[in-house]
Amino acid sequence: MTAETKGPPDGSAPPDGSAPPAGVALDEDAPPAPGTPLRDREQQVLDRIARARRRRPVVREERITLAHGSGGKATQTLIQAVFLEAFRNPRLAPLEDGATLALDGARTAFTTDAFVVSPLFFPGGDIGDLAVNGTVNDLAMCGARPAYLSAGFILEEGFPVADLRRITASMAAAAAAAGVEIVTGDTKVVQRGKADGCYVTTAGVGVLERPVELSVARARPGDAVVVSGPIGEHGAAIMLARGDFGIEAPLVSDTAPLHGIAGALLDALPPGGVRALRDATRGGVATILNEVAVASGVCVVAEEEALPVRREVTGVCELLGIDPLYVACEGRFVAVVDGEHAERAVEVLRGHPLGAGAAVIGTVRDDPPGLVLLRTAFGGTRIVDLLIGDPLPRIC
Amino acid sequence: MRFVDEYRDAGRARALAADIAARCEPGRRYTFMEVCGGHTHTIYKHGLEDLLPEQVVLVHGPGCPVCVIPMGRVDDAIHIASQPGVIMTSFGDMMRVPGGNGSFLDAKAAGADIRMVYSPLDALKIARENPDRRVVFMAIGFETTAPSTAMTVLRAAAEGVRNFSVFCNHVLIIPAIKAILDSPDLRLDGFIGPGHVSAVIGCRPYDFIARDYGKPLVVAGFEPLDILQSVHMLLGQLAAGRSEVANQYARVVPWEGNRTAMAAIGQVMRMRAHFEWRGLGFISHSAMALSDAYAEFDAERIFDLPGLRVADPKACQCGEVLKGVLKPWECKVFGTACTPETPIGTCMVSSEGACAAYYNFGRFSRERVREATLS
Repeated sequence: MTAETKGPPDGSAPPDGSAPPAGVALDEDAPPAPGTPLRDREQQVLDRIARARRRRPVVREERITLAHGSGGKATQTLIQAVFLEAFRNPRLAPLEDGATLALDGARTAFTTDAFVVSPLFFPGGDIGDLAVNGTVNDLAMCGARPAYLSAGFILEEGFPVADLRRITASMAAAAAAAGVEIVTGDTKVVQRGKADGCYVTTAGVGVLERPVELSVARARPGDAVVVSGPIGEHGAAIMLARGDFGIEAPLVSDTAPLHGIAGALLDALPPGGVRALRDATRGGVATILNEVAVASGVCVVAEEEALPVRREVTGVCELLGIDPLYVACEGRFVAVVDGEHAERAVEVLRGHPLGAGAAVIGTVRDDPPGLVLLRTAFGGTRIVDLLIGDPLPRIC
Repeated sequence: MRFVDEYRDAGRARALAADIAARCEPGRRYTFMEVCGGHTHTIYKHGLEDLLPEQVVLVHGPGCPVCVIPMGRVDDAIHIASQPGVIMTSFGDMMRVPGGNGSFLDAKAAGADIRMVYSPLDALKIARENPDRRVVFMAIGFETTAPSTAMTVLRAAAEGVRNFSVFCNHVLIIPAIKAILDSPDLRLDGFIGPGHVSAVIGCRPYDFIARDYGKPLVVAGFEPLDILQSVHMLLGQLAAGRSEVANQYARVVPWEGNRTAMAAIGQVMRMRAHFEWRGLGFISHSAMALSDAYAEFDAERIFDLPGLRVADPKACQCGEVLKGVLKPWECKVFGTACTPETPIGTCMVSSEGACAAYYNFGRFSRERVREATLS
């Protein structure tokens, strides 16, 4: 669960179980007194909303909807209100990409991930290399060297064995490329119609060889936000591969193992210079920036013109009315680094084959806390919020 | 990207913003309504308010297709979707719109076969591929989307696809604008006119606004520079004491509209005597149903509908927001009980809804951010 349990990580337990659920009016929510100047009234409403957003999340739906899997607001609510509530412990609570454990004195990172992408095969990859790279990357984002993976398969009756061989071959190739071994696994078969061909789950352990403490809660004013390359390519490629839109563009998934490039960055900056690493999967870069803003209690200001986005991705997103900031990558990450080392960080990333398009995309400020602001290319400012609902199909 | 980048140029925006400021008379306040939800979305998405002088106030209008669907119609659609053998198809925007008893998304989670489509033709394709199922298209929208619904019905008729029908909720923009002009609550100085609707109906139907109500209207495109330019044109008319219909979006909107599209609507649809609009109540001659000649494609005649009128939740002030009387944040439940993830009102659902746009893009103090930037 850790792999995708990214939540607004005041991950620590709520003060006590008595916090009122979101949306319930409190006395402090009394409407502004009549005669209050317009601007002050607006500010009061904004403060009231900020308070409402800090309340303990509650799942109001009686059933799971697709929105719960979108990686956006509904996913975070589900994780906080159901999973974290049931499993709460100090290692899960920070809701990082993986858990950091001390096993017999050795610092270890541990993570798991499930893959349900449709279609199973797409330009640039398939569910197999996605499943390996996804878990490798979650370990890499903990600052670990990925070592061993498990693989679980849920197969639908009637699924072609040839397709399964294709998937396992690309898993083997991806594992070899990432320097990990798949050392244990499990297989289940369900009746026709009870699954969509093939689902894969992977878990992984990695070794924390560097004395790093990475967390989205460690950003502070003056820090810089860096991305390791052009964003949104995996999600855009998948959307086109589904063929729902009748659009064709030369787009391939960016799926790749990130422990090499992440390690290069960690080694190049002084200790503590890298505050946080997150791979920008489901929910895209926007989701990560929000996690940083909320967990660290800071304002992240991103510059639209600085965002590296390939023309094809911009074009597809424009046609579909989707913001590239929310579109998934499977081979890019966001790093929050000490502002003084921002240039060095970009230089190191660009020196790696997977980081040619790396760029500083924003800065960290103190006010207004918990928000992500975007300076638009047009010269205005707006909020970048968590994704609401599920505008995107299954992408990972 | 061509036809996009040139309408988002920051340099041209700054120059135009300076011209706009120069056209404003000192001490005068200008209130313009952007009728179309697409414009509302652009305004917030690009942070356009940062470029306008404080004297120019934009209020958001009723032109959001999802926002004006009353709860009773959502319930009717879910009732249809719950019938045996039915596949309900709908634009994605509609999925989270709350009815009296949940949304499409909830009905889907409870077992109804509801599928998202990008065009009514996709729905027709699903009907062809599933001859043993009854496929219904939830048709919503203004004159922008009505032609594609009409064309799809014509094609279904031509191909003899008998298991396809349309639940028609198409509405008309002119009666909505008229309802706002006749509302005593609001004083407007002019309109930023809808772009895509006008590509179908043309610019002439707005003449009465300029002639009878003395308000200028500029039909506008959807890029941020389009909107700035439209504000500039409105201010120009006001400065000269004129009120006319003008077309800023001539690259897409022909003055006479699209006659082929209008003819298709005319062939397949008929005017309803009344239709209920969310928050605005019943408006005469404001919506379309399928005509008798195409009754066999009309879900309202095929299915036995409850047709119950469901009152909007008491706390919800969508009506006032749709009429531009309230700014989104002035609604009592805005952002606390009503949020995009748990919407009470429709304005919080659609990306074109004023409340959703403000919540998702504008929920911060411009003043505080400006101060922080300068410091």
